[in-house]
Amino acid sequence: MHTKLRSASKEVIMGHDVPFVIIGERINPTGRKKFQEQLRAGDLSQIEIDVQQQVEGGADVLDVNMGVPLTDEPDLLSRAIKLVQSKTDLPICIDSSIIEALDAGLKAYEGKALVNSMTGEDDRMELILPLVKEHNAVIMALSNDETGIPATAQERLIITEKIVRTVEKYGIPLEDLVIDPLAMTVGADTEAVKITLETIHLIKEKFGLNMSMGASNVSFGLPNRHAVNASFLPMAMATGLTSAIMDARTKEIGTSVRAADLLLGNDPWGGNWISAFRAQQPSA
Amino acid sequence: MTYEEILKALYEETMVGNAPRVLELTNQGIADGMTPDSILFEALIPSLEEVGARFERGDFFVPEMLIAGRAMAGALNVLRPLLADTGAETVGTFLMGTVKGDVHDIGKNLVNIMLEGAGFQVIDLGVQVPPEKFVEAVKEHKPDIVGMSAFLTTTMPMFKVNIHELTKAGMRDEVIVMVGGAPVTQEYADAVGADGYAADASTAVRKAKELIKAKRQLAKA
Repeated sequence: MHTKLRSASKEVIMGHDVPFVIIGERINPTGRKKFQEQLRAGDLSQIEIDVQQQVEGGADVLDVNMGVPLTDEPDLLSRAIKLVQSKTDLPICIDSSIIEALDAGLKAYEGKALVNSMTGEDDRMELILPLVKEHNAVIMALSNDETGIPATAQERLIITEKIVRTVEKYGIPLEDLVIDPLAMTVGADTEAVKITLETIHLIKEKFGLNMSMGASNVSFGLPNRHAVNASFLPMAMATGLTSAIMDARTKEIGTSVRAADLLLGNDPWGGNWISAFRAQQPSA
Repeated sequence: MTYEEILKALYEETMVGNAPRVLELTNQGIADGMTPDSILFEALIPSLEEVGARFERGDFFVPEMLIAGRAMAGALNVLRPLLADTGAETVGTFLMGTVKGDVHDIGKNLVNIMLEGAGFQVIDLGVQVPPEKFVEAVKEHKPDIVGMSAFLTTTMPMFKVNIHELTKAGMRDEVIVMVGGAPVTQEYADAVGADGYAADASTAVRKAKELIKAKRQLAKA
């Protein structure tokens, strides 16, 4: 199954037989006080720096989140999206849980966007899916519902099934659905990542869907997080994860993802791997 | 083992999260005639304080804090009924929950551990707690403080909703409201009308103690 994301001029494909899709997560003011103040004052210049760094780091798609408390998020998000699209041809993942902001973002966006995100909660699906349908977008759905994050892979599969049925009911093709199998912190629960991997496996077996997640969650609260993330992603990829939202600036993780592409047969004859190596060599 | 040795061993075993050993030592201490107060205030609480300090400095990590908290919780199960018998004044009761729409609980759980470690009685409502549940729980448990946690900028507005519901129920003045979570700032806490905010678990405990002290003094005056 191929999930296609597009900007005005570029298409990015997510699938189990193509290279992993890295969604650069940095264009997000959460936890960045200075960036928040700038955005509140209408200064969007930091976005340009973030875009450049994520693109240089090898992001395939850019997540844009403008969740600044006490601001007009729909307006801010639509301005940010226009700015990002003027700086790069990478497709965008429009990130908000405010419906009006998603609507404004989708209206401002040129292409086929990824919408981040909804859950298996009935009221969320009823509000978001019509927008996804109207704008011919792709929806990312978390495998949890109003009762919280299910502790077992089986329960996450059941919620995924409910999401699949609802998406179908709205006439949205299943390739336009990306499931987030939920990465929890291994530092808080020793079994957490095993459950995530099992969830990925079950969803791939049963529905063949594309999946993406905030991968850095797994290492929260631990030392040397990059190494943990760089080990986690290839395991998840081998199990069926086809994309992740992560900070593309971390070279160690990006390299490990591209090596896994090669090892899983998704980089024929090592074309991408070898050209990346060559690009690093000082020119003769 | 002498009392001294038991206290020292309790302090050390709690810090490394050796729950079975902490439970054993607690039972042994009680059997030998130590007071629950002594075990709590001379070993467990200082140990958890040190864990919190190390965490704050970046020398301790989340799993270490969680297992230390769990080791202490095991001992508290033994001590709590005994402490109740002595009628000692509690540090305070803290009602805690992650707001509606938000399932993040690691930060909240760390704060719970530090609060329990400091002698608070903690009632945890879990995650995705709707406003009406906060109100009901405040009515039922009459806590000194209600703590609300949010990890997302999109769920932070629930603080204001919850506080509004408490006001509507006529209970806002009866309880101290503290808020926290990754995206929350002092400025935001002020804007939604909370009484307190802290950036991390250790500071939250200090802040909670301060707020309770101020409120109790006010009540006496």
